[in-house]
Amino acid sequence: MQQRVKSAIDIAAAAGSGAPARVGFGRRMVAVLGAATANRGAKVGLVLVGILIVVAVFAPWIAPYGSDQMGAGMGLMPPSADYWFGTDEFGRDVFSRVVYGARLTIQVGVIAVGISLTVGTLMGLIAGYAGGWVERILMRLVDVVFSFTETLIALAAVAVLGPSLTNAMIAVGIAAIPFYARVAYSVTLVERNKAYFDAAYVAGAGHLRLIFIHLLPNILPPLIVVATLGVSSAVLAAAGLSFLGLGAQPPSPEWGAMLSAGRDYFTQASWIMIYPGLAIMVTVLAFNLLGDGIREALDPRQKAK
Amino acid sequence: MNDVAETEHTVPAADSRETVLSVQDLSTEFRGKKGSVRAVDGMSFDLKKGEILSIVGESGSGKSVTSLSIMGLLPYPTGHIAEGRILFEGRDLATLSDREMRKLRGAGLSMIFQEPLTSLNPVLSIGRQMTEGIIQHLGLSREEAKKRAIEMMRRVSIPAPEARLKDYPHQYSGGMLQRIMIAISMSCDPRILIADEPTTALDVTIQAQILELMRNLRDRTGASIVLITHDMGVVAEMADRVIVMYCGRKVEEGRVDRIFARPKHPYTLGLLRSLPVLGHAGPVGSAELAEIPGVVPSLDALPPGCRFSDRCRFATDRCRAENPPFEEAEPGHFTACWHSEKLEPLA
Repeated sequence: MQQRVKSAIDIAAAAGSGAPARVGFGRRMVAVLGAATANRGAKVGLVLVGILIVVAVFAPWIAPYGSDQMGAGMGLMPPSADYWFGTDEFGRDVFSRVVYGARLTIQVGVIAVGISLTVGTLMGLIAGYAGGWVERILMRLVDVVFSFTETLIALAAVAVLGPSLTNAMIAVGIAAIPFYARVAYSVTLVERNKAYFDAAYVAGAGHLRLIFIHLLPNILPPLIVVATLGVSSAVLAAAGLSFLGLGAQPPSPEWGAMLSAGRDYFTQASWIMIYPGLAIMVTVLAFNLLGDGIREALDPRQKAK
Repeated sequence: MNDVAETEHTVPAADSRETVLSVQDLSTEFRGKKGSVRAVDGMSFDLKKGEILSIVGESGSGKSVTSLSIMGLLPYPTGHIAEGRILFEGRDLATLSDREMRKLRGAGLSMIFQEPLTSLNPVLSIGRQMTEGIIQHLGLSREEAKKRAIEMMRRVSIPAPEARLKDYPHQYSGGMLQRIMIAISMSCDPRILIADEPTTALDVTIQAQILELMRNLRDRTGASIVLITHDMGVVAEMADRVIVMYCGRKVEEGRVDRIFARPKHPYTLGLLRSLPVLGHAGPVGSAELAEIPGVVPSLDALPPGCRFSDRCRFATDRCRAENPPFEEAEPGHFTACWHSEKLEPLA
């Protein structure tokens, strides 16, 4: 982060230093603006993610009421100084529920991405390392999973496992495995053709050492980017499943489930849906911005500037 | 002429030493879309203890594939050994189990590569990469391995090795990294070091240091070195014996002084003539820098007969029809050419 900010400043300084505009002043300004805005986006994303984590950790102190404390106020009260996001049909404070919902969202992000990152990376790594029939079997399996839409796989998994937030997380995690496997596989192919891999091999390193000590750390950077961006799609997918009634069940303050429950009252009390919806949107946006920022920071072409 | 006659008596001296590596009739093939091509065709040589054997040739001559075949580094699944045997201290490498091969790699046979900058893992510290093999092969503890690594780094003249152990490859220069590679490859006292163009990526002053270092280590440990290169200057400086390869075959083999003084194959002659010499008006034996006309033929479109025939100025109809046998032209000096007697010795 620091470095990128610094490099953007350097570029800005170079552009503003009054150097003769021979190299195309316009183009340079575009580059400067690009670098600067990219940075700002990443910064905004980081701040938002930070807020989300703080809210999740300190939910009991932040939320004025319990997440399912009925009759905290009257039913369907519009937002006010006492009930910032209004109340729902049972008189529960929507703000408190959204705050507690942040905990579930973080859980979804961590667990679902954890599953797909771990399994996908292992599959891609082993396929890329082993080659031959191992590669063919693993990667065709990935192709098969890839050919179904993520939601469909998640639906099928939930149908088998039964509707609950935990199962929704597992389902979302499984559905996203192919993305991670593909990325891990392609990066592994690149890395295993580098001389250090051959050097480690001729030095007598065994399979496990080659895979986990030599290859794994080298394939991680792009996977970190995919994982960061993956959090937002996991959050969205889990919220989607909950909205369909296949994830979190009432009275859980999961944002997708809240949307689903608020549906019937939308015309009279739109705030029941608007605030959880906004929360989902901001979270997804935050992780996307952060992921893009990291991707750019790791891009060697960007670094060269 | 007299020099040559005198050196002949010293030829058998090298042969009395024990053979550590014996490559017998090795053929390595690569499967392609249009069928297989033979990158190495019937390669044989013996490597004696403490000997520096240089394998020379242009790109595509099969010199690197020979070394990859020995190390078991052929790209899977396209490359494979089609025929022949590789004996390491009398044991056929093909019959060894994975486990035995792993023990051998690094400790018996070790290798250094052309590109020092990419030969080390960028995310592991130098110390980690140096001690890894030592711990595995010599069975030392982490502390003892570290001492050994520092000792090896000192031997290859890395200043302040204790401090530099913690550094990462990007904090080293190319020449230092190649010295580290040599230190790693020599740290488990291998019997054979295969060096595939170890100095190609380095600048000339560093080249000399690296070669000197390799020779010192040979003198000290008695390891044999297979030096693969296309640089005749490096060969002249280092090698005891030379094998010249062309299109996957040996075309000439002999002691380095003999090859340089009296090449018996037009290809070798061409390589020597294309070597510029500092301080001379022109290169060895001619007034201007000579070249070998044409390019190396593609392995799937080899000329019938002698493979060098379409680039050779001595070529006759016989060369184009019949492949010359690899025969002893003079004691200890072998070549595959119908016209070897026509070649004049270089000055």
